[in-house]
Amino acid sequence: MNDQDRRWYWIRIGGAAAFVILLVAVIDVASHGSFLEPSNIVRVLRQITYNCVLGVGQTFVIITGGIDLSVGSLVALTGVVAALFANAVHLSGFPLIAATLIVAVGVGSLAGWINALPVVKLNLPPFITTLAMLEMALGASFILAHGRPIALHSSDFQKTGIGSFLGALTGALHLPNLPVPVIWMLVVIVIASVLLTRTRFGRYVFAIGGNEEAARLAGINVSRVKTAVYVLSGACAAIVGFLYMALFSSGSPQTGTGDELLESIAAVVVGGTSLTGGRGSVIGTFFGALLIGVLYNAMNLLNVDSYLQKVLLGAVILLAVVLDELRKRYLAR
Amino acid sequence: MRGIGKTFPGVQALSDVLLTLFAGEVLVLVGENGAGKSTLMKVLAGALQADRGEILIDGTPARIATPQEAQHLGIGMIYQEFTLVPQLTAPANIALGAEPTHRGLIDTAAVRARATRALDELGLEIPLDVPVSRLSVGQQQLVEIAKVLARAARIIVMDEPTAALSDREIERLFGIVRRLRAGGAGIIYISHRMEELSRIADRVTVMRDGKVVETRDASSFAPDEIIRAMVGRRLDAHFPELPPFAPNAPVRLDVHGLTRAPIVKDVSFSVKAGEIVALAGLIGAGRTEIVRAIAGADVPDRGEVRVDGAVLRRGSVGDAIADGIAFITEDRKAQGLVLGMTVRENVTLAHLAEFVDRDLLIDVARERAATIRMIDELRIRTPGTEQLVRNLSGGTQQKVVLAKWLLGNALVFLFDEPTRGIDVGAKAEIYKIMLDLAARGAAIVMVSSDLPEALGMAHRVLVVRDGRIAAEFTRANVTPDKVIAVATGAAA
Repeated sequence: MNDQDRRWYWIRIGGAAAFVILLVAVIDVASHGSFLEPSNIVRVLRQITYNCVLGVGQTFVIITGGIDLSVGSLVALTGVVAALFANAVHLSGFPLIAATLIVAVGVGSLAGWINALPVVKLNLPPFITTLAMLEMALGASFILAHGRPIALHSSDFQKTGIGSFLGALTGALHLPNLPVPVIWMLVVIVIASVLLTRTRFGRYVFAIGGNEEAARLAGINVSRVKTAVYVLSGACAAIVGFLYMALFSSGSPQTGTGDELLESIAAVVVGGTSLTGGRGSVIGTFFGALLIGVLYNAMNLLNVDSYLQKVLLGAVILLAVVLDELRKRYLAR
Repeated sequence: MRGIGKTFPGVQALSDVLLTLFAGEVLVLVGENGAGKSTLMKVLAGALQADRGEILIDGTPARIATPQEAQHLGIGMIYQEFTLVPQLTAPANIALGAEPTHRGLIDTAAVRARATRALDELGLEIPLDVPVSRLSVGQQQLVEIAKVLARAARIIVMDEPTAALSDREIERLFGIVRRLRAGGAGIIYISHRMEELSRIADRVTVMRDGKVVETRDASSFAPDEIIRAMVGRRLDAHFPELPPFAPNAPVRLDVHGLTRAPIVKDVSFSVKAGEIVALAGLIGAGRTEIVRAIAGADVPDRGEVRVDGAVLRRGSVGDAIADGIAFITEDRKAQGLVLGMTVRENVTLAHLAEFVDRDLLIDVARERAATIRMIDELRIRTPGTEQLVRNLSGGTQQKVVLAKWLLGNALVFLFDEPTRGIDVGAKAEIYKIMLDLAARGAAIVMVSSDLPEALGMAHRVLVVRDGRIAAEFTRANVTPDKVIAVATGAAA
């Protein structure tokens, strides 16, 4: 970067920051100060947790040039299986929570592995194989749950689902309590981000998305890496399934099958990850989810009609990717 | 075509070309790889624009800016790579882009009738109701020809049409060519096969280095004269002096009975430590496929590869790298580099395990230090280690590929067209790197379509033809004429 580039860089960053501050200020004033209240900020974080964790797993898949459409159904399936397991075993307290989480993540990872199998062995498009998994997992969770939510017998999951973290500390500082699921999200983000940016696995994910043949000829085991990203995505879906189960104190075959899939993909794309592969970041996905969450929150505070909210959300997603493309062209010039 | 000139960045592809084609004749166009034949034909077909010169058709100057305009002028091109849509039937392919319509819908009866007429004209019977992907390669080639004929072409260009055909199909193709000639069409026929010339050619035009060097009647143009015209007396490029390798050096690379259907057939050779061996031959002879099979990029059917006596496990690039093989691919953009990654990330990609600390994280500082060492050693012209490879020049990109493989301690280097598309200065530096590697005891196999390069930079030259090693020459007894004669099949 020469001096002129650097000056432009700071002007652009400053411009973007000024825009965001202005927007936040306008929303805050329009909502009579409720937008920037700490409790509202925590509410936004709690709301984006689930889509963000799904999006983090999806980020890995999309950087390799793939897609995972099955995550919503896997949330339902892992939630149902986790609830069935928790009701069946004679455990309580931390061992129960840990064992249930392990079972959920195991089921999610297995589903991810099945997703990857035809992709790496037969070179089938992941769009199709994960679409098939979407249907199978959804059907399986309805079968397992007999079509109804399975209420948890134990109340040990309440802290995980709706409890808060560091209550004493935040209370002393007059801050709102940080919900446990938000902690989960932050932990997932940190681990995933390190995995993607600092490990061999992460580097290979980018290499495969950027040029699969070059990656193969560099001796990278492309099949293994690709399998791992679908397993990772399934595991993230399982964490979300587990958290939802804990939140609702039940495992339902309908959880996760609404807007979750598309909004989590939207978070990934708005966060700057390229659908053609080779480029992206976990942090970007977090900010993508945050943007969507803030938007919903602001529209609710401003009493925007809920149907109109959808229209505006779609427009913002489009705007975000168009701006990103224009930025790329500007930089490539 | 008069005074045709075409320059690509850094290359004069065509200069002052004069080519005349009469009605009712077959003009065979020959020349080495890169002589400019394909470029010239692309200019004629409107796929490329000449910088200079003009094209006259029936005496009137023609402006051919697009393939569509070429078609309207009656120029039909049969490319080496098929231009059929595999999922469509033969009639649909023949009509493609010029479908007869009836009230806005495609008139399938007319499509079929037109195809039947074109195929009848050729005396061909081809299944009309199956996708062309289900036809044999020979049949597909014939559909390709029918497609051109259905557009009433008077000038027909065939680019190595027999490359994929069986003997019987070749026979039939020649029948068709003679019939077209009798019908008054002018045919330009590009070929590498000397034995075809006498059977089909009326006149022969030889191209070399972007120029037409000679045109003569086929009857008075003997094969050895043609070869001499193809090779010519060229300005010798400057190659560094090739130091002799120790004759008693150990065998580094030993390839035995390597076979991979349908191309690679029973290839055996060995390379000693410090030796540079060139694989010469025509494009499509199977040289790339041979090195790919050695490198594990393709899984061979049979045969074994040994490095320092140890047999390599088959068909895994990772294993081949671990066993000391480095494969520098032909197409650096498609196979050698991740263009959207930085110089550093590309350089360390094949040996990333060496940069992982005990905490399982990549040590970027060490990566950067190693990359800087490579940048200095190979004199890679990049602003820094964090530059995206996409933004570097071709020669610099090639050095990044080399850096990636020099980083390890490979014993065997397989270079596939190491200097294609890069400038003279970068070429000289890459030759020097190869010599350094040889001096350090590496065994080097180099695929090169550039004959002076193959002859100037190798201790031995193996000539590949039809997937086999057809001849072997030492540096002492090799000449361009001999190599070309074997490569084209004029000599065994």
